[in-house]
Amino acid sequence: MGVGIQVENLNAWYGSTQALHDIRLNMEANHATALIGPSGCGKSTFIRCLNRMHETTPGARVEGNVKIGQLDAYDGISPTLLRRRIGMVFQKPNPFPTMSIYDNVAAGLKLNGYNNRKEMDQIVERSLASSALWDEVKDFIHKKSGASLSGGQQQRLCIARALAVEPEVLLMDEPCSALDPISTGKIEELIFQLKTQYTIVIVTHNMQQAARVAEYTGFFLLGRMVEFDKTEKIFTNPSDKRTEDYITGRFG
Amino acid sequence: MRTRFQQGLDELRQKLLRQGGLAEQAVERACRAYLDRDLSKCQMVLEGETLINICEREIDELAFDLLAMQQPMAGDLRFILAITKINSDLERVGDQAVNIAERVMDMVALPAVDLPVDIARMSAAVSAMVRRSLESFIDAKAELAQAVLEMDNVVDRMRDEAFIVLVKTMNDHPETTRQALDALLVARNLERVADHATNIAEDVIFWVRGADVRHNVPRDGEAQAAAAEAQSATEAH
Repeated sequence: MGVGIQVENLNAWYGSTQALHDIRLNMEANHATALIGPSGCGKSTFIRCLNRMHETTPGARVEGNVKIGQLDAYDGISPTLLRRRIGMVFQKPNPFPTMSIYDNVAAGLKLNGYNNRKEMDQIVERSLASSALWDEVKDFIHKKSGASLSGGQQQRLCIARALAVEPEVLLMDEPCSALDPISTGKIEELIFQLKTQYTIVIVTHNMQQAARVAEYTGFFLLGRMVEFDKTEKIFTNPSDKRTEDYITGRFG
Repeated sequence: MRTRFQQGLDELRQKLLRQGGLAEQAVERACRAYLDRDLSKCQMVLEGETLINICEREIDELAFDLLAMQQPMAGDLRFILAITKINSDLERVGDQAVNIAERVMDMVALPAVDLPVDIARMSAAVSAMVRRSLESFIDAKAELAQAVLEMDNVVDRMRDEAFIVLVKTMNDHPETTRQALDALLVARNLERVADHATNIAEDVIFWVRGADVRHNVPRDGEAQAAAAEAQSATEAH
């Protein structure tokens, strides 16, 4: 099951440049939260702080509190263990190109020392089924490589790979921006189903997508969280004029 | 800035203003036709209705295109939704003006009688409601729209008073029944125009404030509180 995410006073820097300013945000368990805002506003930096990927950038620094459920993300847990609980899907599908479909999904398990073949088979099938890919690839999961799949299938393969280690949170950084409308529709349908089991945070430039998949939406601007509210409120009657101007296309 | 989208919104606004002007003119001409027993004004109302109907179709088509092609959000979305509803109300205002004109055409064929009803006062109030509801749209002023809502009760009372005195007239002077019936129907048509002006004002408030003030129905939280209160009152008994 998913867990809630609590963020308090989160600040992040790239060298001397401050990318995030005092972000405070509560994301509900088993809901999808969309983050929108113009390029460079800090939304991707924000989700990279949730799974401590931001600190892997040379010169980057983070201050503040991030709680994933009861767990303090920045105290008492290694980044590697944290990332087992927080899966991530990126803008461009990035399957391991030389690995089979099966090995792509099992990669995280193997890295964690898992070697029970029978159970691994079950987890791979379950993960591919959860990412709505099993029926399309079940006949050749050992024969074909991840790179042989279409872009949309590759992205669902990456989702299956993230789900295989049974995370509680799934971060998605513009997961559909490289996909056609049919593949986008499948990923959105998948998000709708996955949020019954996971807490989902999705960064998107597609506002219709945010409106379709997320119960809550946050608007970022210049490293600050300008507005956070129920999605229907944000897209029909936002409280802040800057949100209104952005979503109606008057700037950004 | 989305230039094409903004041009589309401006065009939609201009078309609605034209339709609003035609509807307002139709009501004033119909009232004048009744008060002056003027058949030429009736003819103008009938001809004007065609133009209002053309506007209605053009506005719907443009609004539909903007919704499909531009995916409006927030204030823009509320603006377009409000316009499609105001469009429909203005077309109905035009229909009511035609109904009044038809009553006048019937009435003019009958001997003139002095009826104890002030249609002039009622038509002035209704015309003011239509004009102010359109002004509230032009200026995006929710306060002005709110004032229109409050005028509706005044017109309702005028209609009720007209009903009482005209029914009495029909009883006391049966020879004037047809003329009194025409006046009664005109009063009802005017009250319907006031209802459409009220709808327009409500749509302006929705556009400007994002608030749904129709039917005096409480919103989610208020509805739950009201239901809980009703429940506890039932249990107390």
